[in-house]
Amino acid sequence: MKYDVIVIGGGPAGLAAAHAAWQDGCKSICIVERDKELGGILNQCIHNGFGLHFFKEELTGPEYAGRFIDMLGETGVSVRTDAMVLEVTPDKQVHVVSTAQGYEILEARSIILAMGCRERTRGAIGIPGSRPAGVFTAGAAQRYLNIEGYMVGKRVVILGSGDIGLIMARRMTLEGAKVLACVEVMPYSGGLTRNIVQCLHDFDIPLYLSHTITDIQGRDRVERVIVAEVGPDRRPITGTEMTFDCDTVLLSVGLIPENELSRAAGLEMDPRTNGPVVYENMETSIPGVFACGNVVHVHDLVDFVTAESQRAGHAAAAYCAGHTPAAAPLLPLKGGNGVGYTVPQHIRMDNAKDGVSLFFRVRAVYRDARIVVRDDSGAQIAAYPREHLAPGEMESIKLPRVLLEKASGALTVQIEEGGDQK
Amino acid sequence: MYDVAIIGCGVIGASLAYRLSRCDLRILILERENDVAMGTTKANSAIVHAGYDPEPGTLMAKLNVQGSAMMEQLCADLCVEYKRIGSLVLGFGEEDRKTLSRIYENGLQNGVPGLQMLTGDQARALEPVLSPEVTDALLAPSAAIIDPWGLCIAEAEVAVRNGAELKLRSAVTAITEQDDFCTISAGGQTYQARYVVNCAGVDAESIFRMTAEPQFKTLPSRGAYYLLDKSSGGLVSRVIFQCPSAAGKGVLVAPTVHGNLIVGPNAEEVHGSDDKAVTAAALDVVSAASKKSVPSVDLRQSIRNFAGVRANTTLSDFYISPSSSRVLHAAGIKSPGLSAAPAIAEYAAEQLAAMGLSLSPRAGFDGTRQVNRFRRCTPEQKAALVQENPLYGRVICRCETITEGEIVDAIHSPIPPCSIDGVKRRAGAGMGRCQGGFCGPRVLEILARELNIPQKEILQDQDGTILITGETKTGGAQA
Repeated sequence: MKYDVIVIGGGPAGLAAAHAAWQDGCKSICIVERDKELGGILNQCIHNGFGLHFFKEELTGPEYAGRFIDMLGETGVSVRTDAMVLEVTPDKQVHVVSTAQGYEILEARSIILAMGCRERTRGAIGIPGSRPAGVFTAGAAQRYLNIEGYMVGKRVVILGSGDIGLIMARRMTLEGAKVLACVEVMPYSGGLTRNIVQCLHDFDIPLYLSHTITDIQGRDRVERVIVAEVGPDRRPITGTEMTFDCDTVLLSVGLIPENELSRAAGLEMDPRTNGPVVYENMETSIPGVFACGNVVHVHDLVDFVTAESQRAGHAAAAYCAGHTPAAAPLLPLKGGNGVGYTVPQHIRMDNAKDGVSLFFRVRAVYRDARIVVRDDSGAQIAAYPREHLAPGEMESIKLPRVLLEKASGALTVQIEEGGDQK
Repeated sequence: MYDVAIIGCGVIGASLAYRLSRCDLRILILERENDVAMGTTKANSAIVHAGYDPEPGTLMAKLNVQGSAMMEQLCADLCVEYKRIGSLVLGFGEEDRKTLSRIYENGLQNGVPGLQMLTGDQARALEPVLSPEVTDALLAPSAAIIDPWGLCIAEAEVAVRNGAELKLRSAVTAITEQDDFCTISAGGQTYQARYVVNCAGVDAESIFRMTAEPQFKTLPSRGAYYLLDKSSGGLVSRVIFQCPSAAGKGVLVAPTVHGNLIVGPNAEEVHGSDDKAVTAAALDVVSAASKKSVPSVDLRQSIRNFAGVRANTTLSDFYISPSSSRVLHAAGIKSPGLSAAPAIAEYAAEQLAAMGLSLSPRAGFDGTRQVNRFRRCTPEQKAALVQENPLYGRVICRCETITEGEIVDAIHSPIPPCSIDGVKRRAGAGMGRCQGGFCGPRVLEILARELNIPQKEILQDQDGTILITGETKTGGAQA
């Protein structure tokens, strides 16, 4: 049999995409999830703060996932858990292995990639020192605490101020550990402001900006770390070293979209996002293959993952129904001054009847600046004043159709400071 | 009474145990750590050198070339990953050209097959990413890459399966020689053996000192590495060396049998085998040197840094000699020790025979080993594996596609691992780009289940590397 849609990954992205495709009339949908349960990383995110945008109420991670799992339970979407996708082919075959069904090759008219992301590790950032036990990525520690019920240390230093690290600073503290410091190499935090306040400030955990760990010491288990201030070149400044006696280092130094399947399938990738290049409806460079959530670009809020994934689900349903947008006219998008990337990377005008939402991250902290969209001729298409912009918070703007129609050639999204404010 | 006691179960001790297990002997292997392959064997360049470096006429030259010739069949027999991909030594100008012709001549005298001098352009035709500054190169087609700890584990497993007794956590504290046997104190126990072989790697000097005064001094030499993501694994298709110097064979850039790219090592003198920290200065040296060979090497693709300590000594050659009629030493086994390992074992066995040990063959010896590697299988083979055992259908390590079946196989192998890294070295789980971030907790759970011990007792690696320090307030799932 051939499925209308196979969704790879049963985290928040896959759940929302599958549900949206079902609502639009796709009748044979299968979610393939490698874990034993649906929900993805939300299952270990037992703190609250999820759902404020989408459900207009505050939920924990498992509650947020639970809402979608319940909604799917009322549909005919089939689910394979404990099943790993080994390969996706350009002609939309999906190779799956599981204990229950063995090795299978499933076929689909459309595929939605929703594999999420993984954490950067110690090796990726090259922290010098010995190699004792007690160095964990924040997410791995979160799993030990929240799923397995085990503590992983008593005196903790956190490197990086990503959201998972901040959440774990509070979580470890509540479980009786002493979190000595959160150390961030950049001059600004990588996490959401609300997490800095609620997870560090509220527990008197110092945040050292423009600092890094220069040495991890200990033979069997971490015994201490050396922390030093860094200069503008992010190299440690001699003479600024501080010693922290600790048994644990948690790393919250970034997330990387997990795209081995996408690369092997031959999708065009964006080196800036580490995710597939997508059109306005989350379609990738292979027609009928869509991607959504953290596999495309790393989000801060699950609510936005849900919204993006619904777009992908609706688009997959439209594809199955035979709607294929015209390839031209095409508006390419690129990040200009202060903008690291944009999602989508291309807009097909035929498929942007109601305009499009653009998502991106800025490269530095800005105050009272403007997000400006210009076309090839340099003409300003749109401008959006912002009091505060920071790399830790994903930005989005909505470009109405009328403005898109004014553009000639590629659009550049950039940050402009000073000058004439609109 | 044992016939032979082998001290140390790195690749040298394991190779010797494997060699001697073919014979009708009672073999004891004493290892101080909680697993085999825990010293230099697990942290090196993972290269089988062709054998052009060592001075002609040395033991090192002879055993390197012999070992290199033995390795392919040995790895096939033991199901150890090995690829003969050849190597290039790069020259940058006139000075290096002299060095290259010297080692080319060395290689001819040492009997290295297929050596060829190339121009810079010829070298770049083979490896397009080489620096435009490369003026000359020496091609050695017999060089290979290997899974070094895999070789050690496989040899030790086969030795154990054929009757050798491995005692882990058994650091040797004293050896006393009697007329026709030795008494060895290790790990609180006393053992008697007719012959003792010191294969203690960087610490061979201190074992030597227990019965005799060594004629050498150990100069432990530490080398740091980058291991790069598989996306960089195809950057070069051969092992890329620079000209050797007094400090060693220099920084190499090479694919690994696991599909990654390895870059390193530097060389710095340290105090001992424990001194395995990676320093920022060492990484800077490796970074600069590797870019000299391959300017496009992207160290931001690094997934792990590590450092290993080599057993350099004041001698320029290996030291494989008895200090008495009962005690044989395989000391100063620095690079190319891994390459020479099977030949060192053969040579040591000959020495033991000369000392009076009888090497009569054991009936029913099986020198081969099979392991299932799901990721290397065709779809049909994968389907068959899952059919045979459903645990092959559950992928635990996403990055490397390692299944629960392979992990359980490793845990129930002749030398069962007690740590997450022990499983990693056998099955490959945690070797990939997320470095065990996802699979670590699950491997821990499987280890606890299969060994029937509490999760809290599962280690990251050597004894003392505890992961779990207690329970949360609501308690562990399997407290």
